[in-house]
Amino acid sequence: MKRQFFTLLLTLACPIAFAQDLLITGANLHTQSAAGIIENTDILIKDGHIERIAPRIPTNKMIRVIDAGGRPVTPALFAGVTVSGLSEVDAVSEAVDSSYRELYTELMHPEFDVRMVYNPHSSVIPITRIEGFGFTLLAARGGDKTLSGQGGLVRFDGGYSSFEGKPVIYIQTSGRSAGSVGGSRVAHWMLLNQVFDEAMTDEELTLITPQGATALKTATDEGIFLFNADRAADIMRVLAFAEERELSAVIHGGSEAWMVAESLAAANVAVILNPLKNLPENFESLGARLDNAAILHKANVRVIFSSGETHNARKVRQLAGNAAANGLPHSAALAAISSTPAAVFGGEPRSLSQGARADLVIWSGDPLEVTTQAEHVILSGVPDTMVSRQTLLRDRYLDEATDMPRAYTKP
Amino acid sequence: MRSIFAIILSVFTTTVSATPFPSTYQPLPGSPTLITNATILTGDGRRLDEADMYISDGKVIWVGEGAVPTEGVTTIDASGKWLTPGIIDVHSHLGVYPSPGVSAHSDGNEATAPVTAEVWAEHSVWPQDPGFSRAMAGGITTLQILPGSANLFGGRSVTLKNIPQNTYQGMKFPGAPYGLKMACGENPKRVYGGRNQAPSTRMGNVAAYRASWIRAQRYIRDWQQYEQKMAKQTSGAETDSNSALAAALIKPPKRDLELETLAGVLKGEILVHMHCYRADEMMTILDMADEFGYQLGTFHHGVEAYKIADELAKNNVCGALWADWWGFKMEAYDGIQENIAIVDRPENSCAIVHSDSEEGIQRLNQEAAKAMSKGQAAGLDIPPERAIRWITSNAAKSLGIAEQTGTLAPGKMADVVIWNQNPFSVYAKAEQVFIDGAMVFDRNDQTLQPVSDFELGQLLEAAP
Repeated sequence: MKRQFFTLLLTLACPIAFAQDLLITGANLHTQSAAGIIENTDILIKDGHIERIAPRIPTNKMIRVIDAGGRPVTPALFAGVTVSGLSEVDAVSEAVDSSYRELYTELMHPEFDVRMVYNPHSSVIPITRIEGFGFTLLAARGGDKTLSGQGGLVRFDGGYSSFEGKPVIYIQTSGRSAGSVGGSRVAHWMLLNQVFDEAMTDEELTLITPQGATALKTATDEGIFLFNADRAADIMRVLAFAEERELSAVIHGGSEAWMVAESLAAANVAVILNPLKNLPENFESLGARLDNAAILHKANVRVIFSSGETHNARKVRQLAGNAAANGLPHSAALAAISSTPAAVFGGEPRSLSQGARADLVIWSGDPLEVTTQAEHVILSGVPDTMVSRQTLLRDRYLDEATDMPRAYTKP
Repeated sequence: MRSIFAIILSVFTTTVSATPFPSTYQPLPGSPTLITNATILTGDGRRLDEADMYISDGKVIWVGEGAVPTEGVTTIDASGKWLTPGIIDVHSHLGVYPSPGVSAHSDGNEATAPVTAEVWAEHSVWPQDPGFSRAMAGGITTLQILPGSANLFGGRSVTLKNIPQNTYQGMKFPGAPYGLKMACGENPKRVYGGRNQAPSTRMGNVAAYRASWIRAQRYIRDWQQYEQKMAKQTSGAETDSNSALAAALIKPPKRDLELETLAGVLKGEILVHMHCYRADEMMTILDMADEFGYQLGTFHHGVEAYKIADELAKNNVCGALWADWWGFKMEAYDGIQENIAIVDRPENSCAIVHSDSEEGIQRLNQEAAKAMSKGQAAGLDIPPERAIRWITSNAAKSLGIAEQTGTLAPGKMADVVIWNQNPFSVYAKAEQVFIDGAMVFDRNDQTLQPVSDFELGQLLEAAP
């Protein structure tokens, strides 16, 4: 009894299991570094980090060995811009924290920081993680507000505050979002200019709280402003604003980004896009085309992929595959869902080299193919159980029915 | 004397065309074509390697081996390529929710009353939707356009052949039965409950369906009684002028567009396409179909269909499902990626991959590939020749057009896709698409890539 008690105490004290040393053998390693792809290599993982990458590393019985058998190993992937841990069910408003509405202040709130209520226990996170995803960019979703709030990168390791990188402030500039600001995108820019003037000078604050002013200043100095913009003309307006205000901008949407690829490259502004978009969904994306990413990459614009979905964020891998099928080099497509977003948003590097955090995935085949699976997902050197609410539902109903109701089947 | 009777008759008899808004579809020009050395997935579960197929006069003539005329035949060498039946999407809103998706184009839901069985989706279809040609590039040859799911009875669907035409009549699949869109669960109760109007609950949904079916039964009875009276009056030994006059004076029931559609379902002429997510609700609907004596056609979305896969097969009901979409609303919370594979497992099953999306319809092959591979990973034996049925023959069965298309069998419509490789891959592309034997799309020939009126001349200065 006493012994059990101590075991329990120990378990409670150490919520994260000590990482056993791990050796992955026979990996086809997509390093996402200058080393490119290293074929048939071993990877030794110690204390959650990559200790050594070399062929045939000696092992001992204290080390857990996983044989990759020549299959691809990549960094754990980027799930896109999501509200993971902020929305359990999108249409159940009381289970969603990613946006605010009817806030009585009637001010703009860049300090609305969704990271404050991030819930690592959301069922969405293991469901996404076991498909090979290790991190996401948490979004503040305003939709119709010029300033929606802020978020940042988070790792899917189950921690309450596994945040990384820079603060990211979300800004709307599109015609679609202009409905609540007078029905014109001009109003977005009018308000942005005023609110930046107020925050950056000693002007009286009329559109923003003192905390909001601090948030804008901080993000201008060391953060990122993510502008929702699809139309080429709107993207050019963002570039001009970013230059004038001396801030780091990233384009989110970018259906017509290919039309202004040279300007984006010159300004060193990255684009987050959905490479499946090829329809004129509205008058802001008449130029949407499947080789948007390929054209941007060729012009030296950094591209990142996001589907806009949270629950089905795992589809991002299919996005990258389609981009690769439409002219983007395979390595660039993989970078668009791993190392590029990490670099753009100031996270830990997602390149697999000595000393890097061991966030990686062993795949059954080409990681961009729709018929392959993540076989092992390893975060900080710890192999995931590969169990989610969905695998449990599957296992409950996969077996033939018995005399007892399914509620008695607890896989 | 006769002319007076004729005038009286014409006053009392309503002229109704049996097929209003008729199809004017004509196949595009084609030529006899021999396709050689392909890997052929026939759509009925078979796979033929390095095989040939011959199409002529818009039909599949033979698959495997057969005779070919010595002259006038175009030959396509499909070595290394794959051949499948034309892909069929049973759930599309192209044309009724077209691109650009501006509010002026929002024509998919007559969300002004919970029962609008009287509306027909075809009357909302904008044929210039650029989505049609994008879907064609993904191998879609036939698609069903459905009204949305705001209403309990959303209205009639229409099945189209995916050729670019300026009218929906020019696309209308000849001889395809109509469908009726119905919806379970959250959408109707949210839309109308939100207006403090019935239905606001699931029990309210079911009560309203049943009330409508009861009215439809009555409508059928009224017409039957009318026809019986007419038959009695006109079946005498001699049809004299008196009995003709008497017959003319029997008033027919008032025509009711809503009840005509519902009666069409009860008479087995119109197929039911039921938007429904939860397993328990689907079972309620099956019981309701028993109560009113109609055959349910297809459950659409059915994210919990895997929980009742055996019951669906037993009741001869199709499940048109997504590969992986879930969690966007409460009734979609239990979605799993093995849904399609598990629904496919029982004997006599009818699993279908549907899109409900202008993006998904462009790559139904990829959606099927995901579902296939998740099924395989769960230990289910699903080779490509089985999985292709989910987007071809099973879809044709759901739409009531399996006699005409959905498989590559002699006599079927020559609706065919040549893929550059195994279509169950993210890298696969439809290279050539045939509809009724006519090549309507060629990835390597810009002259065979249609452009809608809307897209013509946009962004002139930005052309690459």
